[in-house]
Amino acid sequence: MTMAKAQVTLPSDREVKVTRSFKAARPLVYRAFTEPALVQRWLLGPPGWSMPVCEMDVRVGGRYRWRWRSDKDASEFGFAGTFREVEPPSRLVHTEFYDPGTVGDAHPQGEALVSVAFTEESGGITTVTTLIDFGSKEARDAAVATGMTDGMEQSYQLLDALLSDRV
Amino acid sequence: MQSQISDRLDATFLALADPTRRAILTRLARGEASVTELAEPFAISQPAISKHLKVLERAGLITVGQDAQRRPRRLEGKPLAEANAWLERYRASWEASFERLDGVLEELTRSASTRGRRRPPSQMLRRAGTKR
Repeated sequence: MTMAKAQVTLPSDREVKVTRSFKAARPLVYRAFTEPALVQRWLLGPPGWSMPVCEMDVRVGGRYRWRWRSDKDASEFGFAGTFREVEPPSRLVHTEFYDPGTVGDAHPQGEALVSVAFTEESGGITTVTTLIDFGSKEARDAAVATGMTDGMEQSYQLLDALLSDRV
Repeated sequence: MQSQISDRLDATFLALADPTRRAILTRLARGEASVTELAEPFAISQPAISKHLKVLERAGLITVGQDAQRRPRRLEGKPLAEANAWLERYRASWEASFERLDGVLEELTRSASTRGRRRPPSQMLRRAGTKR
């Protein structure tokens, strides 16, 4: 059985939502999001990047630090933040600050808030919904400039529908 | 180069930010239409529709057809395709991680069920009988 691919929608002008289902029990999916040794195996970023730093103190007020390194020129960037809500196996909320590392590009994004919901479906399926709130349209649009996301108001599905018979 | 693409995306997304303009594009996806035809389904004036059409035109999302009398508007696919490609890149980077996660989860699920099978069958039956 193949799972539907990740969906990206834009629920408001300061948010991005990513949804994906997995064929695994919810407690296992939660583990894969919260145990550093497991996170390090899949949260690898763009092709050609590895994740040498993955520290996570998963409890309310605990900190995490993720860092990626380019295989090609060893340049680095990362994210860090604090866990705000930790409710195994259903919910995880953390702040997110960009760490420019040696990539060093101006990434004026302030604090983003990332909410991850783990929902049990029938048939041993778990759906993970990641909502990233950039705090303001300006902050989200600043993230746009780095190519991470864009100042979009409409959903991918709309574009998809518009394009289906034209392009 | 990068900022040119970014500017063009900004214009596209700004144009798409309005529900009336999105409805116009959806209508034009079915084929070209005159301003009068486009104004029909909306409870707003033709000048208001014309204003929306100008925004869409400036963003390169629509063009004016050959017919000098009707001046039909038609949808231009390229900027939408660009916007779509951008979102697709963002989506694809998540999907690449999630496909690796599929592998990790398959492994976790396998080892969890192997542990389950090691329980003596009698104990499994008793558990099945007492629970639910």
